[in-house]
Amino acid sequence: MSIEAQVSPGTVEGENVSEEIGGPAILVLEDGRVFHGRSFGATGETFGEAVFNTGMTGYQETLTDPSYHRQIVAMTAPHIGNTGVNDDDPESGRIWVAGYVVREPARVPSSWRAQRTLDEELRRQNVVGIALKGTRALTRHLRDRGAMRAAISTVETDPRALLARILEQPRMAGSDLAAEVSTDASYEVLPPEGVETRFHVAAVDLGIKAMTPQRLAERGCRVTVLPASATAEDILALDPDGVFFSNGPGDPATADGPVEAMRGVLDAGRPLFGICFGNQILGRSLGLGTYKLPFGHRGVNQPVIDTRTKKVAITSQNHGFAVDAPLDTPFDTPYGRAEVSHIGLNDQVVEGLRLLDRPVFSVQFHPEAAAGPHDAAELFDEFVDLMSAQPAPAAK
Amino acid sequence: MPRRSDLSSVLVIGSGPIVIGQAAEFDYSGTQACRVLKAEGLRVILVNSNPATIMTDPEIADATYVEPITPEMIEKIIAKERPDALLPTLGGQTALNAAVDLHEAGILAKYDVELIGANIDAIQSGEDRESFKGIVERIGGESARSRICHTLQECLDAAEELGYPVVVRPSFTMGGAGSGFAHDEAELRRIAGQGLALSPTTEVLLEESILGWKEYELELMRDTNDNVVVVCSIENLDPMGVHTGDSITVAPAMTLTDREYQKLRDIGIAVIREVGVDTGGCNIQFAVHPATGRIIVIEMNPRVSRSSALASKATGFPIAKIAAKLAVGYTLDEIPNDITRETPASFEPTLDYVVVKVPRFAFEKFPGADGGLTTTMKSVGEAMAIGRSFPEALQKAMRSLEKAGVGLTWAGEPGDKEELLRSAARPTEHRLRQVQQALRAGATVEEIHESTKIDPWFLDQMLRLEEMARVLAAAGKLDEELLREAKGLGFSDVQIGEITGKHEDVVRELRHALGVHPVYLTVDTCAAEFEARTPYLYSSYDEETEVPTGDRPKIIILGSGPNRIGQGVEFDYSCVHASFALSDAGFETVMVNCNPETVSTDYDTSDRLYFEPLTLEDVLEVVRAEQATGQVAGVIVQLGGQTPLGLARRLQEAGVPIIGTSPEAIDLAEDRGEFGKVLADAGLPAPKYGTAYSFEQAKAAADEIGYPVMVRPSYVLGGRGMEIVYSEAMLADYIERNAEVSPEHPVLIDRFLDDAIEIDVDALYDGHDLYLGGVMEHIEEAGIHSGDSACTLPSITLGREDIERIRYSTEAIARGTGVRGLINVQYALASGVLNVLEANPRASRTVPFVSKATAVPLAKAAARVMAGSTIAELRAEGMLPAQGDGGDLPADAPVSVKEAVLPFNRFIDKHGEGVDTILGPEMRSTGEVMGLDTEFGPAYAKSQLAVNGTVPTQGRIFVSVANRDKRSMIFPVKRLADLGFEILATEGTAVVLRRNGVQATVVRKHSAGTGPDGEPTIVQLIHDGAVDLIVNTPFGSAGQAGPRLDGYEIRTAAIVRGVPSVTTVQGLAAAVQAIEARVRGDIGVRSLQEHAQALTAERQGS
Repeated sequence: MSIEAQVSPGTVEGENVSEEIGGPAILVLEDGRVFHGRSFGATGETFGEAVFNTGMTGYQETLTDPSYHRQIVAMTAPHIGNTGVNDDDPESGRIWVAGYVVREPARVPSSWRAQRTLDEELRRQNVVGIALKGTRALTRHLRDRGAMRAAISTVETDPRALLARILEQPRMAGSDLAAEVSTDASYEVLPPEGVETRFHVAAVDLGIKAMTPQRLAERGCRVTVLPASATAEDILALDPDGVFFSNGPGDPATADGPVEAMRGVLDAGRPLFGICFGNQILGRSLGLGTYKLPFGHRGVNQPVIDTRTKKVAITSQNHGFAVDAPLDTPFDTPYGRAEVSHIGLNDQVVEGLRLLDRPVFSVQFHPEAAAGPHDAAELFDEFVDLMSAQPAPAAK
Repeated sequence: MPRRSDLSSVLVIGSGPIVIGQAAEFDYSGTQACRVLKAEGLRVILVNSNPATIMTDPEIADATYVEPITPEMIEKIIAKERPDALLPTLGGQTALNAAVDLHEAGILAKYDVELIGANIDAIQSGEDRESFKGIVERIGGESARSRICHTLQECLDAAEELGYPVVVRPSFTMGGAGSGFAHDEAELRRIAGQGLALSPTTEVLLEESILGWKEYELELMRDTNDNVVVVCSIENLDPMGVHTGDSITVAPAMTLTDREYQKLRDIGIAVIREVGVDTGGCNIQFAVHPATGRIIVIEMNPRVSRSSALASKATGFPIAKIAAKLAVGYTLDEIPNDITRETPASFEPTLDYVVVKVPRFAFEKFPGADGGLTTTMKSVGEAMAIGRSFPEALQKAMRSLEKAGVGLTWAGEPGDKEELLRSAARPTEHRLRQVQQALRAGATVEEIHESTKIDPWFLDQMLRLEEMARVLAAAGKLDEELLREAKGLGFSDVQIGEITGKHEDVVRELRHALGVHPVYLTVDTCAAEFEARTPYLYSSYDEETEVPTGDRPKIIILGSGPNRIGQGVEFDYSCVHASFALSDAGFETVMVNCNPETVSTDYDTSDRLYFEPLTLEDVLEVVRAEQATGQVAGVIVQLGGQTPLGLARRLQEAGVPIIGTSPEAIDLAEDRGEFGKVLADAGLPAPKYGTAYSFEQAKAAADEIGYPVMVRPSYVLGGRGMEIVYSEAMLADYIERNAEVSPEHPVLIDRFLDDAIEIDVDALYDGHDLYLGGVMEHIEEAGIHSGDSACTLPSITLGREDIERIRYSTEAIARGTGVRGLINVQYALASGVLNVLEANPRASRTVPFVSKATAVPLAKAAARVMAGSTIAELRAEGMLPAQGDGGDLPADAPVSVKEAVLPFNRFIDKHGEGVDTILGPEMRSTGEVMGLDTEFGPAYAKSQLAVNGTVPTQGRIFVSVANRDKRSMIFPVKRLADLGFEILATEGTAVVLRRNGVQATVVRKHSAGTGPDGEPTIVQLIHDGAVDLIVNTPFGSAGQAGPRLDGYEIRTAAIVRGVPSVTTVQGLAAAVQAIEARVRGDIGVRSLQEHAQALTAERQGS
């Protein structure tokens, strides 16, 4: 199985950027629904799980978020690409979405930071896109019937033939993808100049976004980012003050390796913080189940209530799976009592977990934002506070 | 936390009359708030002087006071009602200022009234520029460099320091009144001088220029638990330099990356917290440097604003409604989102469409007014449109304006590119069209950006339109694909016709033959993430329609489009009432309108709302969509003013069922010849008139009729271009100025009835019975547009016999023209003859006033008559009184006075001077107030208090009247002298007064200049605040120097200083009665509900 977008000959990196855009393209869903549109970005054919994102800003961050690996992302906001593409805003080294669906791609970017157009960038990175009128109809379809497998093609004109190929693709449920997006080798992110290094954090990259280590570094953390394959021994060998498990793509039910590693960290009693996939890994480590949401939460306007303070944060979210836990009462786990710390107000989904007797918590949403509001940024402070409250490690 | 249990009654302050910068949007927000509070079980007490509002309908609040919004009157209401709390954040700046006044006067403390939704500190720190600047600095934001000044000298010094150009912003004024850019010292002296005068605190802010920067707004809400959400981001297409109310604005923001947007959001949230807005909505404006991204916080409004009404309509998130709930203790997460019902209000709406708002102006009403757009708001209305792309929304918004000369067009030649680029550099209401024509003429996006500073992204989107137009022009034939593409960019059938040389109807037929129709999508706050329960729809050439099916018969009500002078909130009022009444009668109601300021476009008003332009094409498509999903019983066109009325005939020709008065009857009333026959058949006199296609014909007609004559272009609205002509020379001048006189555009010449009493009548006719809604007697004589005249109901000088003649005549006209529903007739009673001036077979501007004055829901009854009920049935049902009508009100019935509110203080001419304020046959008022009391004197006093905020009871009165008025002025001026006023007069007037035993102090005319010993002129005295009332009747004609010029200087000084001014002798007599009532001090308050109760009791007793 090919994970990368399958591209037609002649659209390899760097070539054809001047090729006329706007040739016919189709988007086909696994239940047979077909949308006709025009080619946008690279030409070719690509497969993935069709999902929609409701953010009105932040397409660059969305495209480069590794959690979108193997997904065809449809933007509900009609005008995309208005601010072009710059080299500062990506959340990783490349675009991860398998395909991109928009309604009105910008022709002229307008931003003092723009370096090139989105169309150029999609071509440069061989990402197949489609511009089509019915993005709202597509969204309603996915909302009512759930996220599903799909394909975009600028080369296939027969939707039935494309549908046959879609049905051969793996489903998202059961997919183990973290390793595919994770860093190959560990690397460090240091606090910016003028910020004192107070803690050392080991961050397990299951599809980490660049903003996450940066938010930690801004708070005085030296962050060592480790590959998804890192074991508890690898992590603890760094003797970190705290351990972080990142966001990432795929079905958490398949992530046995990271669960194993996290249990080792929990056993060692180190402060631990997880985001998104990391929250699901914590759920599994505590013995909780995970399940696939019908169409997921993808956007930057998701309200989440803190069950202790009753304060609401507007959060950035990107998840298709969720943790199954009792919402209203603390529950027992192998690591002591735990509770649901945050709940999504739109649909009462678990959006955070907290151990009551240990310095361990995680959230399903993205406090690092990028894209999205900064309402929950203080969670990084909370993690730093947990590390501060720990007795200093015996020896460094 | 749930609603506070310690509150049981709340006083809500409305925003008063519609003025520029504070319009119908506050009726929308106030109505929402009152409904919410009432639903929460609170006793709602409302004060608002504007009768043409839904919020002042007796069923909206528990006790409705149509009283002046002054501390004195509000104290009376508080003393009577003893509310627990005061909610001041939903009535615009008027309500906020009133709350501050009440606080400062100690009235809130005295009666133990708690301010909710805002606190005094927050109001003051949000509004006071210096303290706001401090707040911005404290949260780490940046303000424009600025200096606060209290004197002209301070202004001059500050400008030296900041460097020209500087922005001048007076503190505590509405709509940026008095703001402007000063490029040099002379301009600064003028603008800052006026700004200091306008500011109640004599304070202006001078600021570094950020002209040409990108402009953004955020609408935020905060609850008591410190949860904050951003409801909407708005980007101005017009860069900094044009007031946001006068800018074309777009939601959501289009040209910000997430990083920049989040910076604005962070600053906005920090500001709302630091200012200390406890609960409710707030609006923050930003300027962003297009090349560096430097962000400047411009200002914030700690209340619901015009922008928040727009944001509510743009997102489906009802800010005012939520603000009211937050004010009584709820938190955002406890309030459900109406539209999804399942998700909470503690979220941020996300849009999968683009909203464009365009302002509508009325410069043509103010000859001489400079059409340049500045930081002082001048627009009188706005249209909003929703599309799935910016071009689609922009095109829909532009055609929603329904204004010739400003829309986007491909007809004719574009003009010279260089000339277009030059004129587009200066923002006016024509700029967008100039940009579009420049693209047609081959200008590049770069060239236009250079000239206008409009963001290239917007310009490129406009270039898409031009490119499409070229493809259309080059296409041999229009096929489905091409049509879909063009329609997707918002091209109307008219525009496609312009480009391809076809008539609109041909394009439509072709389009229908190809099956190209728009679909209707839902405004759902969440970009379809959740299912929407609230049917709030807009059209787009998109994929999948979302119109629900229904089983009840449907009635479609066409609204009135953007507010303009002559067609304002009054028409919206009638449309909303029709919707309520028809819904109660079992119909499914469907509203079509494009005005975001109104109650009609609240998704709560009708069963379904289509936010659509009111053009033939757009309305036909709505009707088609509704017919496809159920049975359309009819379309109502007679409640929304001329806009829907103008569509009636063509809708009918297209097979649309029009209910109520038929399009034929509508045309009949507009056709002078046909209408003349109706009058002749009924034996009703009308003033002599003539139609002229040239000066010679006009002269002949005028000679025959006899001067003075009233002249006007045929088929005009709101008295546009209408003038009273006293001589042949003036007639020649008029014809010359109205050069388009031609066979298609004749001039109508009517006898002008000098010294006539003008009478306005609203009536209902069902084909059998007439219900006389009300007979209004104008206070000013005929010749002043009825919309600008004060009037009284019941009439105060007409006899029973006059009323019976009016009843007879009105019925004859209604029957003769074939009215089914409302009719408005204007009469002039001169020398015992009741002349018919004109008849309009539709809801008039006075329907809400009449409804309130007589406690009868006239518009509701009209809607029912249109839907087939008879007046007899409505009487039996109780909607109309069982017996009697508005013509035979009981003798003890209270007197209601309607007074017009004029926007002269908004306009300046090319020399930066005020425009003249004389009333005439052309309507210029933007709004109205109502004074209600037991007799005329106090009722008139209230109307004047509501307009001017003051009716003097002592001090100095300046009198200068035209010769023909000298005789009628003597008695009232003598009365004023007896009441203890000092009379100032110019020499001629003083002599007449002295001979009649009234001592008058002679003051120098403006034209005479300051005296040898420094004696001030009257204009100087007015500026010094030494005059409390001005009586100045105009004489001479336009263009003459001398006395007329003196009058102009006096009147404009009065406007600038806010001194009440009387410009007719009839007005003077009324003013005397008002002053007497004030001196007697017997002005009380009575709610509409008490008033209705008393009237009903009287009616039953009689």
